[in-house]
Amino acid sequence: MKYMKEFTKGILKENPVLVMLLGTCPTLATTTLLSSSLGMGLATTFVLLCSNIVISLIKNFIPKEVRLPSYILVIAGFVTFVSFILQSYLPSLYESLGIFLSLIVVNCIILGRAEMFASKNNVIASALDGIGMGIGFTLALGLIGSIREILGCGTILGISIGNWFEPIIFFITPAGGFLVFGVLIAVVNTILKAKTNKKPKEEFGCANCPSKDVCAGKGECK
Amino acid sequence: MKEMLIILFSAILVDNFVLSKFMGICPFLGVSKKMNSALGMSGAVIFVMLMASAMTYPIYKYLLLPNNLQYLNTMAFILIIALFVQLVEIILKKYVKSLYNALGVYLPLITTNCAVLGVTLLNIENEYTFLNSLVNALGAGLGFMLALVLFAGVRERVDNADVPEALKGVPITLIAASIVSVTFMGFAGLVEGIFK
Repeated sequence: MKYMKEFTKGILKENPVLVMLLGTCPTLATTTLLSSSLGMGLATTFVLLCSNIVISLIKNFIPKEVRLPSYILVIAGFVTFVSFILQSYLPSLYESLGIFLSLIVVNCIILGRAEMFASKNNVIASALDGIGMGIGFTLALGLIGSIREILGCGTILGISIGNWFEPIIFFITPAGGFLVFGVLIAVVNTILKAKTNKKPKEEFGCANCPSKDVCAGKGECK
Repeated sequence: MKEMLIILFSAILVDNFVLSKFMGICPFLGVSKKMNSALGMSGAVIFVMLMASAMTYPIYKYLLLPNNLQYLNTMAFILIIALFVQLVEIILKKYVKSLYNALGVYLPLITTNCAVLGVTLLNIENEYTFLNSLVNALGAGLGFMLALVLFAGVRERVDNADVPEALKGVPITLIAASIVSVTFMGFAGLVEGIFK
């Protein structure tokens, strides 16, 4: 099971949201309710898995200069497929994710994995990497979604947690999203520091950004 | 005219792309460390948003819609944006060196900026006319600039503050963003009131 590491690394050690700090837009925008967080997570996982497999298969045929547009095209194809499926079978989820379903195309986790992993590794490793990263993304979104739904609506998956709790609407506003995400990262950083003695990331996820080579040292991105 | 003003100011203040729609968070958090780079980045975003809206609208209206291919819009738009950004970069590099030095480094980042794809998709979703699409793109870009410049100022102050160990770096940045976002909540309902 030499590939096991590729699968597990995305779930905790290299969690794309909480450790790598990638994909912040969907993380903040779709986590007002647990159900939409999980829906977003699973839709992204599917696209990530499929695009990783396809890109790993075609990596030898794509000229280096046009690889990014080619990856984007593959990803956009799968995103269109997912939105068809959701539109016909889960219309309520389709409505609640709205434009962010289409915006999976520009989720930097997916393009980042294509560029950093799938274009260099074989199909099995890429598929496991995709599933692992996807599960890590879904779990992180689910965690943020649960916190925001419990505090902001007083419910969990739509079920009330009781009348004793007065919902704090602030947590389902955009501002509450930033706050919950910030505090969670502070917690994760503290745990990381205590356990591994490694310095947590100080900056937002440019290390995995596909355009890293272009802007490294020139812009603000490090 | 009134409709355009409403669209413009809604996009800048009430439905600010960054702070209430959560689009373009990566550049908002990544490029807001210094005021200069914040201005450069937002200039490039405004330009690309305007051009992307101007190009995607006719493609949707005259190519996709008559052929019943609306579902291909995400794919078509992202390709147009990617190609356009690449083209602008090449042209600027070759002919307008000074502008390239100011904006060029931010251009590749913009392809994967969800605010640009977002604005073109929202134009279609809201069924704006061509002119209203451009106004919406301009408002979205100016709103992005406003958020970025405000936040760059906030971050310069945060850098000098004594922050608790656990919150240093990314967490305090997000908490500061939360407070900036609260101020934008105050604009809710403002625009409709003014232009009534």
